[in-house]
Amino acid sequence: MRAGHALEALGAISFRELRKFMQQRSRLLSALVRPLLWLVVFAAGFRNVFGVAVIEPYSSFIEYQVYVAPGLLGMICLFNGIQSSLAMVYDREMGMMRLLLTAPLARAYLLGCKLVAGTLLSLVQCYAFLIVCALFGVDLPWSGWLYAFPALLLGGLMLGALGLLLSVYIKQIENFASTMNFVIFPMFFMSSALYPLWKLKESGAEWLYWVSSVNPFTHSVELTRFAMYGQLNLTALAVTGGSALVFFVWAAYGYDPQRGMVKKRAQA
Amino acid sequence: MAQPATNSVTPNLTLDVRDAVKSYGEVKALAGVSMRIEAGQFMALLGPNGAGKSTLFQLLSGLFVPDAGAISICGEDFLKKPTLGLAKLGVVFQQPTLDLDLSVTGNLRFHSSLHGLGAEGRARIPQLLIDVGLAGSEDKTCRSLSGGNRRKVELARALLHKPRLLLMDEATVGLDPASRTTLMALVKQRCRDEGLAVLWATHLVNEAEQADRVYVLHKGKKLAEGRPDEIVAAAACATLEEAFLKMTGPASGAGKPEEKAA
Repeated sequence: MRAGHALEALGAISFRELRKFMQQRSRLLSALVRPLLWLVVFAAGFRNVFGVAVIEPYSSFIEYQVYVAPGLLGMICLFNGIQSSLAMVYDREMGMMRLLLTAPLARAYLLGCKLVAGTLLSLVQCYAFLIVCALFGVDLPWSGWLYAFPALLLGGLMLGALGLLLSVYIKQIENFASTMNFVIFPMFFMSSALYPLWKLKESGAEWLYWVSSVNPFTHSVELTRFAMYGQLNLTALAVTGGSALVFFVWAAYGYDPQRGMVKKRAQA
Repeated sequence: MAQPATNSVTPNLTLDVRDAVKSYGEVKALAGVSMRIEAGQFMALLGPNGAGKSTLFQLLSGLFVPDAGAISICGEDFLKKPTLGLAKLGVVFQQPTLDLDLSVTGNLRFHSSLHGLGAEGRARIPQLLIDVGLAGSEDKTCRSLSGGNRRKVELARALLHKPRLLLMDEATVGLDPASRTTLMALVKQRCRDEGLAVLWATHLVNEAEQADRVYVLHKGKKLAEGRPDEIVAAAACATLEEAFLKMTGPASGAGKPEEKAA
């Protein structure tokens, strides 16, 4: 595999995803409106329900909006990662996937290209949302825009890899609604995106606390939350990076011609 | 690896499939299929629905690997080094695989990048579009094209990286007779002029009649192979259609009596 070839293919696949995304106005809009609704409506209602005490990485009492912003950035990556897997399943049903897989490149590399392209979309949406946050006066440090970049990148890759993995096991587009119910919502709610985990412990939901603290999504959110203030949360980094690797290798295994994608086709 | 039999290979051998077996659970889709196609040869793969044509194409396009057997493309072991084979392989799938919102040129450029052809690949596009009769449509979106023209774009795309073997997987399904004839003529011309080896899957006997060789596949096994006239003669029939029906019909020894050949 020549490096020039590999890069050219990566560029083409990424560019194609970006172009498709930009053409789908409704997807672009909903990608922005969804977190915005949470920020404006949910956060407004919750502001007075609980104050957020001083916890790391914050050095003083913070507004709920400030607390929830990294969680909503995570939500963007989560939705986009899952949406990429929807696109993969769609491509597979439409036969586009077969075309991609006849490119003379290693299959794991092609999947990696897909992952990078999807993560790029996550990043575009995250920064668009950061602009929205700034417009709504959410008090996030400007330097955090820069520091958060690697955290968002890694979080995006991890959730995108999860999407890839799901696309191996989702047989048809119709099964997608259940993916939303069984993956997106539990991952989002059982995490530190909306409330600090000690709140769960305090309210006696011990098992919920336990599940939430091992949820990789929690760690991708915490990675971003700490990075916003120029801090590195090593646990979050290790869990997010480790999960990304496991999800991707597992997905690549699923797409291997020796094993994966075989079971679904029982045609003679 | 270097099997003794490989020494007898002619230098022109483009595709060499040996005893390919593929099962899906209980169903044996291919029960030991061997096939050789030489450069410049136009091979029609004829078989009723469910014969195993799709499975064979899935193996040849690297989507799956066979349970047993060997495949080599241009002398390279396709199972060990799939990317070498894929670089020499052009495929037109039965399902349309164009990005409909992208222009004709855009679709070809995407393919060119996937194959890492760089500026040289992009430079080939205009002439290729002239060759397949799509001059003037470069900037149209594929959505605006007729079914026949979309197939021509897919053919141009499959030829862009100068493959040595072209796989046409029931590529004429859903096309009107004029488009079918054009597509067939375009491919045959490439065979003659450039020594392209072609495997053209079809269930239409009149398409198979125009091939150099015909390979009749039924229930995952080879029933016959040879020039169209040889097959007709061997089956003691008047036409290839009769021979095909006789071989694959319910009364034939190849099919189980209780099953209907659709």
